[in-house]
Amino acid sequence: MCLAIPARVIELLPDEMARVSLDGVVVNASVALVEDVAIGDYVVLHVGYALAKIDEDEALRTLALLREAALLGAGA
Amino acid sequence: MKHVDEYRDGELARDLARRIALEARAGHTYRFMEFCGGHTHAISRYGVEDLLPGNIRMIHGPGCPVCVLPMGRIDDAITLAERPQVTLCTYGDLMRVPGSNGSSLLKSKAAGADIRMVYSTLDAIAIASNEPERQVVFLAIGFETTTPPTAMAIRLAQKKRLTNFSVFCNHVLTPSAIQKILQASDPGAVEIDGLIGPAHVSTIIGTTPYQRFATEFHKPVVVAGFEPLDVVQAILMLLRQVNEGRAEIENQYIRAVSADGNRKALAEIADIFELRDSFEWRGLGEIPDSALRLREPYAQFDAERRFAIVTKPARDNPACECGAILRGVKRPRDCKLFGAACTPETPMGACMVSSEGSCAAYWAYGRFRDRETGLQRVGAR
Amino acid sequence: MNKYEPLGRKLDLRSGRVDLSHGSGGRAMARLIADVFHKAFDNEFLRAGNDQSVFGVAGGRMVMTTDGYVVSPLFFPGGDIGDLAVNGTINDIAMAGAKPLYMSASFIIEEGFPLADLARVAQSMGDASRAANVPIITGDTKVVERGKADGLFISTACVGVVPAGLYLSGDRARPGDVILLSGSIGDHGVAVMSKRENLSFEAQVLSDTAALHDLVAVMVEAAGASIRLMRDPTRGGLAATLNEIAHQSRVGVRIEEAAVPVRPRVAAACELLGLDPLFVANEGKLVAFVASEAAETLLAAMRAHPLGQDSARIGEVIEDEHCFVQMTTAFGGGRIVDWLSGEQLPRIC
Repeated sequence: MCLAIPARVIELLPDEMARVSLDGVVVNASVALVEDVAIGDYVVLHVGYALAKIDEDEALRTLALLREAALLGAGA
Repeated sequence: MKHVDEYRDGELARDLARRIALEARAGHTYRFMEFCGGHTHAISRYGVEDLLPGNIRMIHGPGCPVCVLPMGRIDDAITLAERPQVTLCTYGDLMRVPGSNGSSLLKSKAAGADIRMVYSTLDAIAIASNEPERQVVFLAIGFETTTPPTAMAIRLAQKKRLTNFSVFCNHVLTPSAIQKILQASDPGAVEIDGLIGPAHVSTIIGTTPYQRFATEFHKPVVVAGFEPLDVVQAILMLLRQVNEGRAEIENQYIRAVSADGNRKALAEIADIFELRDSFEWRGLGEIPDSALRLREPYAQFDAERRFAIVTKPARDNPACECGAILRGVKRPRDCKLFGAACTPETPMGACMVSSEGSCAAYWAYGRFRDRETGLQRVGAR
Repeated sequence: MNKYEPLGRKLDLRSGRVDLSHGSGGRAMARLIADVFHKAFDNEFLRAGNDQSVFGVAGGRMVMTTDGYVVSPLFFPGGDIGDLAVNGTINDIAMAGAKPLYMSASFIIEEGFPLADLARVAQSMGDASRAANVPIITGDTKVVERGKADGLFISTACVGVVPAGLYLSGDRARPGDVILLSGSIGDHGVAVMSKRENLSFEAQVLSDTAALHDLVAVMVEAAGASIRLMRDPTRGGLAATLNEIAHQSRVGVRIEEAAVPVRPRVAAACELLGLDPLFVANEGKLVAFVASEAAETLLAAMRAHPLGQDSARIGEVIEDEHCFVQMTTAFGGGRIVDWLSGEQLPRIC
């Protein structure tokens, strides 16, 4: 039961809430489960709660690995 | 959509698929199980299997909390909802799940029960706050991804001193289910070569809990992100482990998952919930230490205590193969009811009702594969 | 001369409410019809003041359609139940390749419904009707007790004429035909759902409600003889329409996901709500099945029209006794696009 979507934090609100945006669609979400959330962070959103922050560096690393493996396939 | 679109890139997928085809050893059949229903849905919805060579088979696991919820608990939810002072709040996924005698929450709603679909436990708390005369019950289901939101709702209810809010708790645990699958000795069961671990469950529990599947069962596990490229990359990683004779826990979803998981969420869960000795899983039978209930200090928020719920076991239609399908032993088209008595309009079992259930996914996205359609498999030998 | 105002006092359109007397056939109902409907729709037919309206017909084949509108909420970004009713009904006529001529509108109003809202809806209908040049020439009004109608239900009918030699029908698709879509999908459904689910947008998603008869006239002019059928994908979305046609014509359909236009904001809203845009309602789009040799010409004609600027070729008709609608996903794999079962409930799984 995993439907979760990455969204960007655009505003912090009281009571551990935040406004998050997915491509310009804005919803309110709880950030009570994630520590040190800042505006501009990307979080994984599930049923109205942020569950984790997305680590930009690790994301880049994943994409690099994907592209590297794909390159080997492309040459084949 | 950032962090989404990059992982849906068709060109990258094609090239990665060729890589997989190169590395998959001829003559060897690889069987990988994706545990999580969300992964089942992604694989079906994007047609990921078309990109794989013919000797890599994906087996759909039981990680669908709607599918494994026993019929008796649906019956309980319906009974609760039909009490005149109760407002039952539920995620949309549960509305059409069949209970006994063809009942469902959707049908009860049509007959007048106060059942409200919510996107979040926050909505349920808002309803309880705004309608103090109603007894608001939240139907809580899900693996570890969805348990922290329920925990936070209980915290909020505590903070707001709500006396009209309770939770009907059906939260279940992923490692216990994986263990049951790996231990299962079904006649006709086929050995699984590796597992794709759930994406968002792992953001909560981390990767450490899967370690024993590598050490005790010698099964490689790769935790994968939710998008189709994540799944394809994870398949490549599993393939390499099998080819190299390794059995390790690897993390493809490093951008969101750490070894230790979400400590704050885990602390909340540990405080509010405790293990049930045993819990019935539809299709898997009784599994010890596999499900949660509210601890004594939170008894006032426990719907089972408040409404004295005693669950009566309910039998599935004997011809329904949901159990075997959930264990990965049979496929939807092996079930006599599939497409005949059991369709999305008239679901007999949960695998058809839940959009991530094997049968629903196969029906909605894949049943054209029963005969040749001419869609070429990229990378097939 | 009777010095008393024949219809009694004017309605309080600002803060008044509809009550049972407005449906009882007496003075109050006449007042309602005059102040709200006749004022908004005003034309020579209604001015005649009869229960029916007479019009001449040139001859040839006529087409008629009827529709009901029960949308909730009544007012949503980009439109309301009023212009939806006018445009949607006109579109049913237009899908036959026909020119819509006249409309009727029947109102079932719940006791207590605010007159301000009724006037607003009527104004929208009048505006849409004038913009489309399809007058509302007859109507009916009923008021039901509180709780017996969800605010307001509108039922419509429309008549039109089909050009000679044009035979569009859902059973005419043949293998080899090309499928064209006039623009982005999912806008209407997302606009309505966003109001219901309190989603906010940095830039609002608007309903795409529009009358398509003008676009259709251009299409018929460009390639009428080669068009097999047209249909507007309303409830159930593009998926429902393609499946209906596949079954009616006993053929298969194959489409490319990458070719189907979806606005980024609509895609994002669907992700958040757990919806698939293929199943989301549209109110200003059409699909056309056309013989392959005329596809380019037709597509160019559509793109030249303001309501068809984003037109795209999305797929083709194939032989398939199972009548599946197959789709190559943007990811490169295959899947089918099935009918929706029941209402699309937002998933969290």
